[in-house]
Amino acid sequence: MKGQLTTLMLVGQAVAQTPAIFALLIAIMLISIGPTQGTILTTAAMLGAGISIGFGAIGSGMGNGINAEGACFAISREPSTTKEMLTFMLIGQAVGQTPVIFSLVVSLMLMFISFNIPATIIGFCALLAAGISMGLGGIGSGYGNGDTASSACKALADNPEGRAGVLTMMLVGQAVGQTPAIFALLVAFILMFGNYAGPVTLPAAMAVLAAGISMGFGGIGPGIGNGITAASACEAVGYRPEDRGLLMRTMLVAQAVAQSTAIYALVIAFVLIFVV
Amino acid sequence: MDISGADLVRAASFIGAGLAMGLGAIGPGIGEGFVGGKACEAIGRNPDEAGLLTRTMLVAQAVAESTGIYSLVVALLLIFVV
Repeated sequence: MKGQLTTLMLVGQAVAQTPAIFALLIAIMLISIGPTQGTILTTAAMLGAGISIGFGAIGSGMGNGINAEGACFAISREPSTTKEMLTFMLIGQAVGQTPVIFSLVVSLMLMFISFNIPATIIGFCALLAAGISMGLGGIGSGYGNGDTASSACKALADNPEGRAGVLTMMLVGQAVGQTPAIFALLVAFILMFGNYAGPVTLPAAMAVLAAGISMGFGGIGPGIGNGITAASACEAVGYRPEDRGLLMRTMLVAQAVAQSTAIYALVIAFVLIFVV
Repeated sequence: MDISGADLVRAASFIGAGLAMGLGAIGPGIGEGFVGGKACEAIGRNPDEAGLLTRTMLVAQAVAESTGIYSLVVALLLIFVV
């Protein structure tokens, strides 16, 4: 038992390390592969890349750690589930990695793509805002997904027969909990590939920056909230697998309402980019 | 690029709108998620009362939403009225 617990802990921690490894990788690349020309756009792109992976690693790192904690606790309570707990934990951690993978993709895009936007203060603010949006926006979803998976592991220990129901509830809950990170990715893409044809003024530049700030911070709360909802739903379905349908419906309704402030933040970001 | 006083005010109001909606979305998101979680747990314990529990959950989430709506209103005011 002790050996299996240590193994599970080490595997869980190894997966939880990966956001930090991504961040180290991007940091080394930023230091060593400098831009070929130090223009205003490459400056913003490098800053944005650092911010995107730097903040983006927070949520997934914490979430994966919490997931591993739930898995270890579960096998200590119910040692008969040890064989399948590793797979279960890894599935949960894989889905919980997605926000940091989005952040890594945005960082790499910012570093290596030459963008078709004007090399003015608007372009600077656009690329910086893309990094802020994806960096901060992924924190909530990463943490929330980890919380969900942790409760799912513990629910599996409570009711090993109901594994299909718990797995479904966990995956659906995590998928809906990803949505703030997807909004943040969407805003980052719109900022990177947008069409900035208007006059170059300070308000226009600050509007673009504010769009990134709005969606960035706006993704934190709903991501965490969705994760807490799905975590309790997984725990409940562990105790009462026969009420799966009812619990799934309630969880989806609750998550949809908790999503609403992320949608407000997305709307404000769109207004700032397109209307102003 | 000449920066006039009016430009500075507009620029600051946009940053303010972004901060208002961004930071303002943190609290209601976590709070409503917590309410939803407890409702799911309660329905797990007592599925016969699902209708009552769902209604209570929605009322509670609507009240917790109110500060998020204040943030949205302030952000829209800062963008369009200032």
